[in-house]
Amino acid sequence: MSVFHELMVKPWVTAGGPVANPRDGGTSSWTAKKIALRVFLAVVAVLFTLLVIAYGGRMAYEDWRPAPQIRLLWANTFALILSSVALQWAQYSVRRGHMDAMRIGLLAAGAFTVVFLFGQILAWRQLSTMAYFELTNPAIAFFYLITGLHGLHMLGGLVAWGNTVTKVRGDFDAAKITQSVELCTTYWHFLLLVWLVLFGLLFTGNNLDILLKLCGIR
Amino acid sequence: MEYVAHDETAFAPPAEVAEVELYHPKTFIGKYIWSQDAKVIAIQYAITAIGIGLVALVLSWLMRLQLGFPNTFHFIDPSNYLQFVTLHGMIMVIYLLTALFLGGFGNYLIPLMVGARDMVFPYVNMVSYWVYLFAVLLLIASFFVPGGPTGAGWTLYPPQAILRGTPGATWGIILMLVSLAFFIIGFTMGGLNYVVTVLQARTRGMTMMRLPLTIWGIFMATVLALLAFPALFVSAIMMILDLTLGTSFFMPAIVSMGQQRDYAGGNPLLFQHLFWFFGHPEVYIVALPAFGIVSDLLSVHARKNIFGYRMMVWAILAIGGLSFLVWAHHMYVSGMNPYFGFFFATTTLIIAIPTAIKVYNWVLTLWHGNIHLTVPMLFAIGFIFAFIHGGLTGLFLGNVTVSVPLSDSMFVVAHFHMVMAVAPIMVVFGAIYHWYPKITGRMLDDTLGKIHFWATFLGTYAIYLPMHYLGFLGVPRRYFAVGGTDFIPESAHSLNAGITIAALFVGVFQLVFLYNLVWSYFRGKPAGSNPWKATTLEWQTPDTPPKHGNFGPTLPVVYRWAYDYSVPGAEQDFIPQNVPPQEVVRKSASTSAARNPTT
Repeated sequence: MSVFHELMVKPWVTAGGPVANPRDGGTSSWTAKKIALRVFLAVVAVLFTLLVIAYGGRMAYEDWRPAPQIRLLWANTFALILSSVALQWAQYSVRRGHMDAMRIGLLAAGAFTVVFLFGQILAWRQLSTMAYFELTNPAIAFFYLITGLHGLHMLGGLVAWGNTVTKVRGDFDAAKITQSVELCTTYWHFLLLVWLVLFGLLFTGNNLDILLKLCGIR
Repeated sequence: MEYVAHDETAFAPPAEVAEVELYHPKTFIGKYIWSQDAKVIAIQYAITAIGIGLVALVLSWLMRLQLGFPNTFHFIDPSNYLQFVTLHGMIMVIYLLTALFLGGFGNYLIPLMVGARDMVFPYVNMVSYWVYLFAVLLLIASFFVPGGPTGAGWTLYPPQAILRGTPGATWGIILMLVSLAFFIIGFTMGGLNYVVTVLQARTRGMTMMRLPLTIWGIFMATVLALLAFPALFVSAIMMILDLTLGTSFFMPAIVSMGQQRDYAGGNPLLFQHLFWFFGHPEVYIVALPAFGIVSDLLSVHARKNIFGYRMMVWAILAIGGLSFLVWAHHMYVSGMNPYFGFFFATTTLIIAIPTAIKVYNWVLTLWHGNIHLTVPMLFAIGFIFAFIHGGLTGLFLGNVTVSVPLSDSMFVVAHFHMVMAVAPIMVVFGAIYHWYPKITGRMLDDTLGKIHFWATFLGTYAIYLPMHYLGFLGVPRRYFAVGGTDFIPESAHSLNAGITIAALFVGVFQLVFLYNLVWSYFRGKPAGSNPWKATTLEWQTPDTPPKHGNFGPTLPVVYRWAYDYSVPGAEQDFIPQNVPPQEVVRKSASTSAARNPTT
């Protein structure tokens, strides 16, 4: 039943309606964890959206000085894409019962994520040694804040990932592992998407600036 | 009239909804301290919130003593005064009301009212409480650090919040911001639980449109909180960085205490936007659970179905959506573009429409109802008064041209206390009087309850009604002392003293309530399982107070909405949600005829 349809129901005239099916309460067939992850991702989306808006809002002032470009971010982005691809492969494998392939995919995803995080720390160091480095420049402060928060979310993902990895050693319940791998995959894809938006809009040239000019804000 | 239900063929096979695996504690500590039972967590949340709320009550006394009797209490200096104002506001809004409505009532009522055994993630739920407690302890710790707690005002506006000269600009503000960040982390854990439990753990037959409005209110408030708190989280982190690392997110180039500070290029208005993007939905995070609960109180104690149930649900959804589009009406004097002011004034007035629909529906629920003036009903009616009052002054403040001269005056203080303090706290009290029998198995004392109600209701009016007038005179808010200002007549000072006496009076009478809570726990009249003859599932549990798992061996099956009161033709004036149509006891023909000779 669509949400709209459900909201149009008149509960006072449907008293005593059939309740044979456990799903008659309109509860979703998704598991609780799957819904919870989606709700959490909505919260994360709001967090990063607000940061992008704050960044754009600050950019609209005339004294804006863009942060220097860091080429290493391209390599980091590539590593994050690979980790997402590896998890997608792990999910594909676990759904078909190929447990060894799933393990390889899972481990590769973790390794690429660690490479990504390590690369981000290197990028932080690179920026801090540049001649332009000045913490009071909002563009630079925003760079540290936004990449830091994104990195923290990746680290949180690695905790869930580590939990899954310990479970796939030895005997395990295939259904539970399938769910864990699916949840990790969703999370990684989402954080990759967030990163691509952040990277594309804020950290590769003046793309947000162009967008703001198109909207007539700058 | 013989018909009770419309579908007589409904049946429910004995199959169960997939059972959840419950955590079974074996020790006292496992059962009551590190508990994973939502009902125990609810009590933990409630006791912590009320405890810290009492601290905020005492702070309001101290601040009122200064305002009512300036130059009398020498232990209150201007710095203390600002610290009292700040902590009073922050504690009441976030650590008391948000935590009590969502963590307290949410935890207790969601699983019971939707027919679930517990929250879907009991462990996360437990962690949520302990993180909340940690946040409260950090806040309390700020009273004991050098410089004391922050005195920046509950809105914590930079640059003043983190510059020397503002009380607590070193340790106090850091503890405040870190405490807020932890509160938000803890709340997010709890909030995920509340949302997913409502979406996923409803029992059979409990469609969304059969949910009691209490659950709708708590559900929507949780959604709002999940989406609004990130704004506060981000701004807290950014301000911590400005303070500790010297970034300039919010701090412009500035001279402070005769010294040029190292900041440059920050934007203080950015903080205001982020803060109020959280801050306005926060009003509804507190209000929506109150709206939901009061709807149920009115319906139960007027023995009548809620008027316009669907409209009530739609109004909750509309208010939730619109609450994200009105934030800048808190910023009319920030120098914003007048077109923005026009936009935000318009959205603010639009949000009055669904809110007014709710008020009409509450009044129409009472209309021709069989009103029982029980203590919960008194508080519910008290809420309607306070809310209409605070809502109408909101229409004044929502309009830019009226709002600008009234900004930062006592009128604003009176407005938001009526709408966001008195109104919700009336519902909190009503709800406690209503559900205490289920939580403890004993009734609260009725006479003490009525004394508590009249003292609180009349007392709060004695505080806030004259405060509007002070605002019209131009008495500013947040001032330690107004001194011999020409435009403030002597009578305003007398009024201030009167308000302070009323505030002390109201505060002292809360002791009657606390005494009642404790006395009734041991000596109260046994309540039975359904003392109010209510229809919702929490009153249909096999045990009172409900045991862990709530509903005994089988979960209830729901056949009807939550408001079958005084159904024509039914023997009793209420039909619980889990009574199948064929089991509804009809009035015998002779009884019907005797009562109503014309049929």
